[in-house]
Amino acid sequence: MPTHEEVFEQVREVLVDALGVDDDEVTADATLTGDLGAESIDFLDIVFRLEKAFSIKINQEELFPQNVLQDEQYVQDGKVTDKGMEELRKRLPHANFDKFDADRDVNNFGEVFTVEAVTKFVESKL
Amino acid sequence: MRWIWIDRIVELEKGVRCVAIKNVSLAEEHLHDHFAKDDRGPATPIHPASLIIEGMAQTAGIMVGHARDFAEKVILAKIGKATFERDIVPGQTLVFSATMDRIDEAGASTSGVVEVIDHTSGSNERLPVGNIDLMFSHIDKNMRGLAFPEHNFVFTDQFMDLMRNSGFA
Repeated sequence: MPTHEEVFEQVREVLVDALGVDDDEVTADATLTGDLGAESIDFLDIVFRLEKAFSIKINQEELFPQNVLQDEQYVQDGKVTDKGMEELRKRLPHANFDKFDADRDVNNFGEVFTVEAVTKFVESKL
Repeated sequence: MRWIWIDRIVELEKGVRCVAIKNVSLAEEHLHDHFAKDDRGPATPIHPASLIIEGMAQTAGIMVGHARDFAEKVILAKIGKATFERDIVPGQTLVFSATMDRIDEAGASTSGVVEVIDHTSGSNERLPVGNIDLMFSHIDKNMRGLAFPEHNFVFTDQFMDLMRNSGFA
C-alpha cells in the first residue's frame, strides 16, 4: 500500500501532465480550477490519467458530481441548498467544504477540488 | 462544408486504431503564403503545424466516432501534447496513426504518431514527425448540460464519403 506522500506525488505528476502546470504549483491546498486553471474537459482528462496511473476505475460523477449542481432540488438561485450540501458531503467525503459552505455559489464549486481532496479520493480507491 | 485535412483512411480497427494519409501538394493555396517570398528570402512552403494537428484530430476523431457507430457528436476538446521535429513540404506524404487510450460516455483520449514519407529516397520509409495526444468530448454528454442540435453536424456526408471512398463503410 503506497503512503499518502507517494500517492500525492503521483497525483501531482498526473496534474502536471494534464494541466501543463509546474511541479511547485501543485500544492496540497491548491484548487484545480482556481489555482491550477482546470476547465471541464480537464476533469475527464484527469480521471483518465488517474485510472491509468493507479490502475483504478473511476466514475467521473464520483469525483466531480456535476449532476448534483444541475439538479433543481439541490440548487436554487445559483446557490446550493441545505439538502444539496448534505448530498455533496455524502458524495465527496474527502472534499473540504469549509470555504464553499460560506457562500455556496455554484460558480465557486471548483474550490472544493483541492489536490489534497483528489489524493484522498485516490487513496480511498486503492 | 468542412475542410478535410486527410486524403484517405488506410487502416481502421474499431475503437482501437485509425491510420490516415495526406499528400501535401503545392496546389494548396495556403502553402504559397506559408511562407511567402519576402525581403528575408525566397518562398519556403511548409505545411503548417496547426494543420498537422487538424489532420490528427480528423483521424482520431473518426476513430472515436466510429467506435460508437457515429451516434455521438465528437468534438476536439483538448490538445494534451503536440511535438514536431521536422518541417513538411510539398511532395511529401503525412501518415497519421491514432490509437485509443480511453473512451467512455463523456469522451475519449487518444495518442497519435505523425510520420512522413519523403519519396525522394524511392522507398516508403516513414520518418518521425511528432506526437499529438488529444481529448475529445461527446458534446451531448457535456458537464454543463448544454443542448446542441439533434443532427450530427460533426460527421457530415463529407466524412462519410471519405470513409466510403477509403473502403471502410
